[in-house]
Amino acid sequence: MSKVDPRKAFRHGFAMRMRGMIRKEFLQIRRDPSSIAIAFVLPLVLLLIFGYGVSLDAQHVPVAIVVEAPSPATRSLTAAFGNSPYFRPVDFSSIQEAEDALKRRLVDGIVWVRSDFAENLLSGETAPVGVVVNGVDANNARIISGYIQGAWLTWLEQYARDQGRPLSSAVSLEHRVWFNPGVRSRDYLVPGLIAVIMTLIGALLTALVVAREWERGTMEALMVTPVAAREILIGKIVPYFFLGMGGLILSVVMAVWLFDVPLRGSLWVLFLASTLFLMTALAMGLLISTVARNQFVAGQVAILSTFLPAFILSGFIFDIGSMPAVIRGVTHIIAARYYVAILQTVFLAGDVWNVIVYNGLALAVMTVFFLSIVKKRTRKRLQ
Amino acid sequence: MWRRVLALTMKEFLALLKDKRSRMVIIVPPLMQLIVFGYAATFDLNDVPYAVYNEDSGGAARELLARFSGSSSFKLVAQLDHESQIAPLINSRKILMVLRIGRDFSKELLLQRTGSVQVIIDGRNSNTALVALGYIRTIFVDFNRAWSETQGLRRSHAQLEVRAWFNDNLESRWFIVPGIVGLLTLVVALLVTALSVAREREAGTFDQLLVTPLRPVEILLGKALPGFIIGMVEASLIIAIAVFWFQVPLRGSLPALYTGLFFFLLSGIGVGLMISSLAVTQQQGLVGAFLFLVPSIILSGFATPIANMPPFMQDLTRLNPMRYFLIILREVFLQGASIESLWSQFWPMAAIGVVNLVFASWLFRHRLY
Amino acid sequence: MDRPEIDGGRADIAVEVTNAVKTFRRAGRTITALDRVSFLVHPGTVTGLIGPDAAGKTTLMRLLAGLLLPDTGSLHVLAVDVLRHPLKVQGTIGYMPQRFGLYEDLTVKENLDLYADLQGVPMQERPERYGELMKMTGLGGFTRRLARDLSGGMKQKLGLACTLVRAPRLLLLDEPTVGVDPVSRRELWSIVYRLVEQEAMTVLLSTSYLDEAERCQEVILMHEGRLLGQGSPKSFSSQVEGRTYRVHVPTMDKRALQQRLERAPGVIDAVIQGGDVRVVMKEGVDADSRQLLPDIAGVCVSPVEPRFEDSFIVLLRQESDLRTTASLDLNAVGASGRQEDVIIVNELKRRFGDFYAVKGISFTVRQGEVFGLLGANGAGKSTTFRMLCGLLPLSEGKVQVAGQDLRRAAARARSHIGYMAQKFSLYGDLSVHENLHFFSRIYGLHGKHQRNRVAWALQEFELSPFADAPCGQLPLGYKQRLALAAALMHSPEILFLDEPTSGVDPLARREFWHRINDLAEGGVTVLVTTHFMEEAEYCDRLVIMSEGLILAEGTPEEMKERFRTAEQPEPSMEDAFIALIEGAEGVRSVS
Repeated sequence: MSKVDPRKAFRHGFAMRMRGMIRKEFLQIRRDPSSIAIAFVLPLVLLLIFGYGVSLDAQHVPVAIVVEAPSPATRSLTAAFGNSPYFRPVDFSSIQEAEDALKRRLVDGIVWVRSDFAENLLSGETAPVGVVVNGVDANNARIISGYIQGAWLTWLEQYARDQGRPLSSAVSLEHRVWFNPGVRSRDYLVPGLIAVIMTLIGALLTALVVAREWERGTMEALMVTPVAAREILIGKIVPYFFLGMGGLILSVVMAVWLFDVPLRGSLWVLFLASTLFLMTALAMGLLISTVARNQFVAGQVAILSTFLPAFILSGFIFDIGSMPAVIRGVTHIIAARYYVAILQTVFLAGDVWNVIVYNGLALAVMTVFFLSIVKKRTRKRLQ
Repeated sequence: MWRRVLALTMKEFLALLKDKRSRMVIIVPPLMQLIVFGYAATFDLNDVPYAVYNEDSGGAARELLARFSGSSSFKLVAQLDHESQIAPLINSRKILMVLRIGRDFSKELLLQRTGSVQVIIDGRNSNTALVALGYIRTIFVDFNRAWSETQGLRRSHAQLEVRAWFNDNLESRWFIVPGIVGLLTLVVALLVTALSVAREREAGTFDQLLVTPLRPVEILLGKALPGFIIGMVEASLIIAIAVFWFQVPLRGSLPALYTGLFFFLLSGIGVGLMISSLAVTQQQGLVGAFLFLVPSIILSGFATPIANMPPFMQDLTRLNPMRYFLIILREVFLQGASIESLWSQFWPMAAIGVVNLVFASWLFRHRLY
Repeated sequence: MDRPEIDGGRADIAVEVTNAVKTFRRAGRTITALDRVSFLVHPGTVTGLIGPDAAGKTTLMRLLAGLLLPDTGSLHVLAVDVLRHPLKVQGTIGYMPQRFGLYEDLTVKENLDLYADLQGVPMQERPERYGELMKMTGLGGFTRRLARDLSGGMKQKLGLACTLVRAPRLLLLDEPTVGVDPVSRRELWSIVYRLVEQEAMTVLLSTSYLDEAERCQEVILMHEGRLLGQGSPKSFSSQVEGRTYRVHVPTMDKRALQQRLERAPGVIDAVIQGGDVRVVMKEGVDADSRQLLPDIAGVCVSPVEPRFEDSFIVLLRQESDLRTTASLDLNAVGASGRQEDVIIVNELKRRFGDFYAVKGISFTVRQGEVFGLLGANGAGKSTTFRMLCGLLPLSEGKVQVAGQDLRRAAARARSHIGYMAQKFSLYGDLSVHENLHFFSRIYGLHGKHQRNRVAWALQEFELSPFADAPCGQLPLGYKQRLALAAALMHSPEILFLDEPTSGVDPLARREFWHRINDLAEGGVTVLVTTHFMEEAEYCDRLVIMSEGLILAEGTPEEMKERFRTAEQPEPSMEDAFIALIEGAEGVRSVS
């Protein structure tokens, strides 16, 4: 044995082992269609479906307009609906027909101008206009009735001005929507979706590939080589980290160029936060695979414990503040919650430091927590 | 033939219920999803945090603000006294919105002029912003009416009387929970059928089945029936939970609901059998089911309206059986629909189901070996 | 006490195991995998860890590799305490698990590179080492091929090459020859010998093939977690020295003879070998032909060399009380002595894409015959077997099974056959009774007849005590009995067996073949495919396949006869098999 500094030799061996592990992983990713599917095809499909298919913005809502006795006043009212981009007015001559259409979902709402409307309006009597919305989809119904009220108020002002009278309402509402003046749902759905995609790559894919090594017996063969447990971990984390970052870049590029989502904050903040979140997701994926050593169970557990929460409990679609207290408490242990907050802020608001620092710190704590558990649980033992 | 199919079906049930992993697939995920969706998936807002920047000391402003602080939808977080305080609070998401009342608000109102209130709202979640604006508008309309009355002013002539049919209080849960019936039924029926052949292939028992005199169509039936029955049972259970636990009204006819469920399960099981005949491992079956489930849930109108999608996507959803079943569920639950009124939903689903089953049995026969 | 060299290990010993105990908890029960096992392995030897499935071989290997911790006891490998310094041990040994973890998506070269990196083999040494390994394993021409596209034997050799990228001082091989055909098996063994001789390696190898024991210098015999004995193979077989005989009766069928001898006084073991029966006698009992077969004339008894297996059987019979099996009460097919052909294969071909796995073969199997289908890995025998029992459609040719054309009446043909897979393949979560119930229903049995059959199976196969136990938890021998019972529920005319006894202990194997013999006597036709030359001896006739064609057809004796030479007056079935295959390949490589 020649005299070699053992530390240097170890470091050299470490580098060689890491190179071997990481190269192997990349070769496998390249040759395994299911990895490619989860890492690139699924994000693409999700982005396209969400970018194009999922929208909470009602447009061209079919609304039945029932005018029992046409008059100049009613004509200007129906014109107000016709001019709005939100509505597609459909004329009905009787309320029965309109109600029937509502029941058959041909229209989502009814505006019913009774025969005495114009008369009452002129004589100063109360002139009620009936509005019915289909309340089955409560959220949509609320949005539509909001639009109807908006169109109504516009007409009212217009009408009052035409009649040369003072405005009839005491208080007018003047609203400004910050960060998203067009109130496009896509602008908040697409950034949030990045969290879901990163969860898929980080947790689901990693859990599956590690479980596959257990299933195929390759883990046993790795363990009897001089590779240390932490080297096996690093060998998994590094390739999937790069894959996740690839998914991130794909998502950001699609968000900005294809879906015109503004990116107002700085890129480096986005990448730093994504790094933290991805590390948490990777650690969770590795943790799942240490518990469940077959792909079937690992896949189930990963979907239930990471994918579903990232979808429902992260504030990605549903507002966390409105959830029952117990579930709101649960959201605090869901990493995606913090990441979604950063994503929506960095994309739409910009570098708001207290949001970024608070949520970033939370992510960092979770990363350290999960990584140390994984480190502790990963031993070179089969039991 | 039926004796053999029955024996196979019984065996499937025994194997499903005795295997810990399969039991988990049927029981745990649906339960978790029911809880999560039932409670967390809501677009209704409670306790929206807001701040007030009131420069007016008059009574009208106080009265208007009292309507906000008295509402359970809003929660006052801060009173501001400078404009520069607005941005940090909204940016950091401490509040969703600010009500800003100018110095002359009360004065204007007493002069019978229109006073204006500015609302600044965080649009990062545009849906939340829209819903909150709707709530605010309602409060304003009420205030206007009350103000006119108390001040003895002439009431405004034209009034809007808004009513929501089928769901008077516009509760999101009434919309989401019936949807869960469709969602979970599909998930369970699909997983049970999609994994059944792969599980046998992995265990090596499939060969043992193939050397028996069972014909492919008998194996197909034996694999389809358990998914069908479990789907029916699971759906009934969730319907019961929806009615008795979540208190969603069930106004229509049960036969209509179960007719829909029948056709829906047909098409779901058809897809499951297709995946089953293609997947060699349970893992592949799982990925296949996942790839089918995600788009068919998102593009079904489960959470977001189909009408909001671009036209070509709307056309695409016509191939999605869940689209039709969700309509049936909601019409029966909330609108009290009967069988006759739902034919337009039944036949596309039945057509999809038949095509799926025919294709699945073709695949099954050609991919058995 | 930090220095590994002085923590209790002896420098002149390669492996030292002292009082190792290992238990597992499964479904609330404690299973003792290793029960106070102690032994030594000397450097520079090939030591065999021999025992049937569930003997504890794999557990022991994993303990030695530092992958499991023992409950109590100590293990030293090359004088290093495994419990304290697993990484150091893993740096000096090579370990090939039973299913070696080859990365199937990686090529041969990439697999080697990976393990070279992990083992820290310097770059400059690699080309030379790879060259040696490729030459040794004969994989040189396939370095760019994906591991998943290799045959079973080649995978195994690649696994070995990966384990050897950095020449270890101790090599642990866990069942390296399972599922490997006799030719590849012989190649693997020659690699092992070369390693010990040329690289001064110590090899500890586990196997459930008893005939491999004789290839080891030292044997450690294990059974159900306990060590039965250690010594050279000779020392084992010498225990039964002078008690082994060959019995030859020209007038008697070999199966009938074997059954007679099994019950003869003083006989511990009787197995068919060629046309004769080989017996092991109790200690001190002479193999007198009048004692053995009092009413038969022309009995010729000659002493033969004892084998390792004989001594194992003797040891096992001491362990468990004598298990003699009652004859199978068949009430199966009307055992008429018709000698008609029940399987007719004519110009059978099977194509996968452009590749013909079976290139046109013809043979017939007569009723009541035990017929063997043998071949190397990839010879097309599994494909043929699967086509015959209807698991794979045929591409060309004609096959008649039980009078039914497989192309036209496959379902009807299938109702006449029973099938037993190599891997246990009944529903593991279902109880024994539920499995039997299910299979009888599937075969169209019902009512009283069905209940009778289930009761018959439980009784005849001695499964009644386990009727309600989930069959996945039964010991291997019982699983196999249950699988056979399930295949016999409908009294099939033909029984297909795919490597039926791999991994079971020799007693269970004898019991199994005893039942098969009864069935054949009762007129059931048996078609068996196997790598296990022991099983080939039980066949009346067999075909050996190579590269999709039939290479030879005949009785085991005829096969062996062809290769009887001066140097090899008593060729084994395996010798004959290898000579045939190599001869065929030699011809092909020349042409």
